[in-house]
Amino acid sequence: MTDIAAGRLHRVSKVIVHPLTVRITHWLNALAMVIMIMSGWRIYNSEPIFPFRFPVELTLGGSYDGSVDLHNEDGLAGALQWHFAGMWLLAINGIAYVAYGILSGHFRRAFFPVGPTAVLRDAIAALRFRLPHRLGVYNAVQKTLYLGVLAAGVIMVLSGLAIWKPGQFQELTWLFGGFDVARVIHFLGMAAIVAFLVVHIALVIIVPKTLPAMITGRASAHEAHSED
Amino acid sequence: MGEPPSTKPLRDSGEPKELLRTSGGARQIERRLFLKQGLSLGALTLLTGCDVTDTSAVQSALDGISRWNDRTQALIFNPRRLMPTYPESEAVKDFRYNAYFGQSQIPEIDGASYKLNLSGLIDRRTPWTLPELYQLPQESQVTRHVCVEGWSMIGKWTGVPFRTFLQRIGADLTAKYVGFECADGYYSSIDMASALHPQTFLTFKISDEILAPRYGYPLKLRIPTKLGFKNPKWITAIFVTNRFPGGFWEDRGYNWFAGV
Repeated sequence: MTDIAAGRLHRVSKVIVHPLTVRITHWLNALAMVIMIMSGWRIYNSEPIFPFRFPVELTLGGSYDGSVDLHNEDGLAGALQWHFAGMWLLAINGIAYVAYGILSGHFRRAFFPVGPTAVLRDAIAALRFRLPHRLGVYNAVQKTLYLGVLAAGVIMVLSGLAIWKPGQFQELTWLFGGFDVARVIHFLGMAAIVAFLVVHIALVIIVPKTLPAMITGRASAHEAHSED
Repeated sequence: MGEPPSTKPLRDSGEPKELLRTSGGARQIERRLFLKQGLSLGALTLLTGCDVTDTSAVQSALDGISRWNDRTQALIFNPRRLMPTYPESEAVKDFRYNAYFGQSQIPEIDGASYKLNLSGLIDRRTPWTLPELYQLPQESQVTRHVCVEGWSMIGKWTGVPFRTFLQRIGADLTAKYVGFECADGYYSSIDMASALHPQTFLTFKISDEILAPRYGYPLKLRIPTKLGFKNPKWITAIFVTNRFPGGFWEDRGYNWFAGV
């Protein structure tokens, strides 16, 4: 076989498993998540809901000691600046992703159908390490997790608006059960997303070929299923 | 929350007071220092895996977005939208003390010699005594004070609607900002639209009693459409201006509009 033939063969065998829009919004969202979670932890620290604080090293918002020394301020100002800047990245990117997902049919193809029987079957298979992974095709457990984290994202945005503007958006705050309950929901939504991230990253470590696929979008045909 | 009244600052250095009394120029220098310090972001370094040396670029971007958020919130702000009010039974009697210094440094103001000074775009700038202020028509409100830190507390405040006062002194209601100076060195400012909101009051009382020193005696701005730090206590001067006046926490990075 000549090199040219091999090259052509190689080209033919690669298929797109993750469309470009999905990849771009995925990584922008990853950045937004890190900013929102880490700055959110420092905001939480200034008035904890539960009897613990996050280690300041894991939080975002500028130099903590510098704020305390220079300003008698515990780094909350910087954390709020990050949070309310990250908010725009999260929102604009999220809108772009959801609009693409609905209009292109990506959501319908990738996340549906999903039913309890399939979820149970795939969950048991996964726990026995017998669930095959095909790039670009989501099994029922993945579908459920992705839909769940999408729902959590929507709840985070809405509960965030409810505690940012309990006056101007007072109906929304009321729907969340008031300002204090909305804060707890905003915290629990964060916890759910962090739990998702732990599972998500653990699975990438277990099945490493998923990582290059989410960057290049391509995978060889025998281990992938193209989204068409 | 069920903890003893806490004070905002972590370290009671008394230093901010001195800084406050310095001129705007000195404040600028101090601010620049803050921007520089803000750059050594351990967390961001972790995030990017490299040393973030040009932190001032990051900080000025964040400041720029905060100004953008000021404009966004001014658009969201509805000058006729009332903040939720609550039955008097829900008003907290022992309201949480909050300032950038401990309770030992609360300014003790002598009501007999107290004067409220006026300046800027105001027709009648004669200082007001406390008895004169008490003559103004008074109303009460039971509203939620929302702190930037995340806690909130319902209280009852009594005083004169700020719009009435601004009209009485002949303030230029088309000006952009109303600024406040306080006996503790604190300062802040609000946009005119929020100043004229029907629930923005100059208050004399909390829980039907003359403000205790720790609550801002003799004069506190109550503005439920904004976060707690936009509700200055121990007010000694009010001015109206078109030049952006900033504020104590605002100059330390808190968002200026701080709408609720």
